[in-house]
Amino acid sequence: MPAVLEIEGLRKTYKSRRRGARNALDGFDMRVEAGQVHGFLGPNGSGKTTTLRTLLGLIRPDGGRMQILGHEVPEALPTVARQVGAIVESPQFFPHFSARDTLSLLAGAGEVPAIRIDEVLELVGLRDRAGERVKTYSLGMKQRLAVASALLKSPKLLILDEPANGLDPGGIREMRTLMRTLAESGMTVVLSSHILGEIQLICDSVTIISLGRRVAYGPVEEVLAQHSSGSVRVRLEAVADLAAAADALTRAGARVTPHPDHLMLAGVDKPAMVTRLLAEQGLYVSELAPVAVDLESVFLDLTATAPVPGQNRQVDQSTKVGGAGQPGATTGGWGA
Amino acid sequence: MSLYRTELRRLGKRRFTRWAALLGLLVLLAVVVGGFFTNEKLDAAALAKAERAAEQQWQQDVRNSEQFRAECEKAKNGGTAERGQFPEDCAVIAPPPREAIEAEWFLPSTFNFRENFGFTLLPLAAILALVGFIVGASFVGAEWNTGGMMNLLLWRPKRLTVLLTKLAALLTGLLAVALPATALWFGSFWLVATLRGTTEKMTSGAWQSFALTGLRGLVLALVTATIGFALASLGRHTAMALGGAIAVMVVGQFGLGILLEMAGARFAEAWLLPTYALAFMQKKVTLENWDACQATYFGECKPETLDITWQQSSVLLAVGLTVILGAALWAMRRRDIS
Ligand SMILES: Nc1ncnc2c1ncn2[C@@H]1O[C@H](COP(=O)(O)OP(=O)(O)OP(=O)(O)O)[C@@H](O)[C@H]1O
Ligand SMILES: [Mg+2]
Repeated sequence: MPAVLEIEGLRKTYKSRRRGARNALDGFDMRVEAGQVHGFLGPNGSGKTTTLRTLLGLIRPDGGRMQILGHEVPEALPTVARQVGAIVESPQFFPHFSARDTLSLLAGAGEVPAIRIDEVLELVGLRDRAGERVKTYSLGMKQRLAVASALLKSPKLLILDEPANGLDPGGIREMRTLMRTLAESGMTVVLSSHILGEIQLICDSVTIISLGRRVAYGPVEEVLAQHSSGSVRVRLEAVADLAAAADALTRAGARVTPHPDHLMLAGVDKPAMVTRLLAEQGLYVSELAPVAVDLESVFLDLTATAPVPGQNRQVDQSTKVGGAGQPGATTGGWGA
Repeated sequence: MSLYRTELRRLGKRRFTRWAALLGLLVLLAVVVGGFFTNEKLDAAALAKAERAAEQQWQQDVRNSEQFRAECEKAKNGGTAERGQFPEDCAVIAPPPREAIEAEWFLPSTFNFRENFGFTLLPLAAILALVGFIVGASFVGAEWNTGGMMNLLLWRPKRLTVLLTKLAALLTGLLAVALPATALWFGSFWLVATLRGTTEKMTSGAWQSFALTGLRGLVLALVTATIGFALASLGRHTAMALGGAIAVMVVGQFGLGILLEMAGARFAEAWLLPTYALAFMQKKVTLENWDACQATYFGECKPETLDITWQQSSVLLAVGLTVILGAALWAMRRRDIS
């Protein structure tokens, strides 16, 4: 599938006279294929918003290449901007205009027909409140307006930086359906969010960033599979046989953690091997379940941001690719 | 083109724009109304009334001096005069001659279009410039401030085009208010002169001079609007432009004025911006230095003078405008938007 978005070796250093330089992006790579919903994940301050801002030409990169829909950006932005709808981190609107005026002014600037305004207002559920001043909107309503403004262009690529921020549960679910519908209609969606359950539900693929570098990427199942430690839960017909089973499995090379009524195995490549091994010993398996890992634990593991009791983790305290003890370090290039 | 139209629409929708323009127009209206009520037409009756008033004044003076002389003589004869209370010789106390009291002094104020209209163009230019400045600053400053600029750049990534289009819309909007306002200004003072004064001696040369002054007033308003716009864009904040302007005016100008005064500079006003604005409008401002006496052949003392011409002011305006707008454009091109 062709890539809608490709980023290679992107660098951005924020310079400040007093506090020196900060490498917000340090050789970041990303690739998003057409028609996908792509999750863009990372701890606070890892560089997600910086990436999206750079991509949209709002800030100037210090190195690297970016392509949107096959065009080099930022050079070709004037041509591709029409096809990219975006919201960047809780966008603000002029508080004294109504939602309809706000959209109408954007539509005017972008030569979008005026009927589209009503369509998107309907879509995000602001139809009946569109005449009110944005100042009087709640957080979620502003967020909905932001999504409406991004959808106004009927873009090919939709970039949403934390769109669910402030949405109510119903709104989040609507957003989820909306995104699936949009993706099915051929739109590519890039979604940055901290709600990983949500990402796992809607996204086809993800990119995980930590301290300005990519730590993992690929289809959601692959990322999960690669980073699930291959744990399997085993129950036997007779609880009394658990000790014998643990013994046999340990001898075969599995890491076993005994529990009162079951065993947890780690480092098992093929669960079928467990059944065969135990059957040879005359032990019969009643349950053999690979333990599903969720995106959240993979994320915490990959970025090394799982909370440790008694410690207050500071921002920027996360996985540094290229540093020591690196899980899943990869250096992708074009077509990676 | 669509962007330009949209920006015009945005400008018109802003409540601040509307209020500022309305307020400016109301102040101008107040000036016109004030001009109407403080002036009177000079007809035969008014002239006669002034004559009578002058006559009365003279008679009063005659009575006063006679009374004074009588007191003087009485005191001199009785020997009760205090020193310095009366002159040596009471005969010198005499009423002023009748011609010394002119009827003109007793004429009511009247609006002579040819003589007075030129001055009224100053408040017009000042108010248009002020409205231009604050509307210009708030127009772009609020955009930066509320993130509207960022939103717009997601649609129109060419930053300079966006900024210059906004500026063009601002100047168009300002002209749309200032041009009719200036035309109305001419019209209403013509009316004031007709009803409450005179429109005599309006030669085509006089008209031309007024038209040119009015035009310079418009230019001044456009330039200040652009400077307000550029400052607010540079600071990315409305308050920055307004605060900056106030800081320059107050600290820079008054402070500089006091400093120069203390240092005994020869032409302190030559360092102050309003002098140049005035010179731009009036074509010339002559500063006088009374400390330096230049004796004439007749033994009078004439002050040393310095002329500030509107050409000099134009150069100053042009340089200031180029520097500030250039900086704003450069910053727009280079700086990150976050
Ligand atoms: N304008 C700026 N000036 C200086 N440093 C900045 C600026 N914007 C961002 N940074 C720094 O760059 C790094 C990345 O910030 P960024 O906003 O991209 O994080 P993020 O991944 O979007 O985080 P979050 O999940 O909290 O939104 C942070 O360390 C941040 O402090
Ligand atoms: Mg962010």
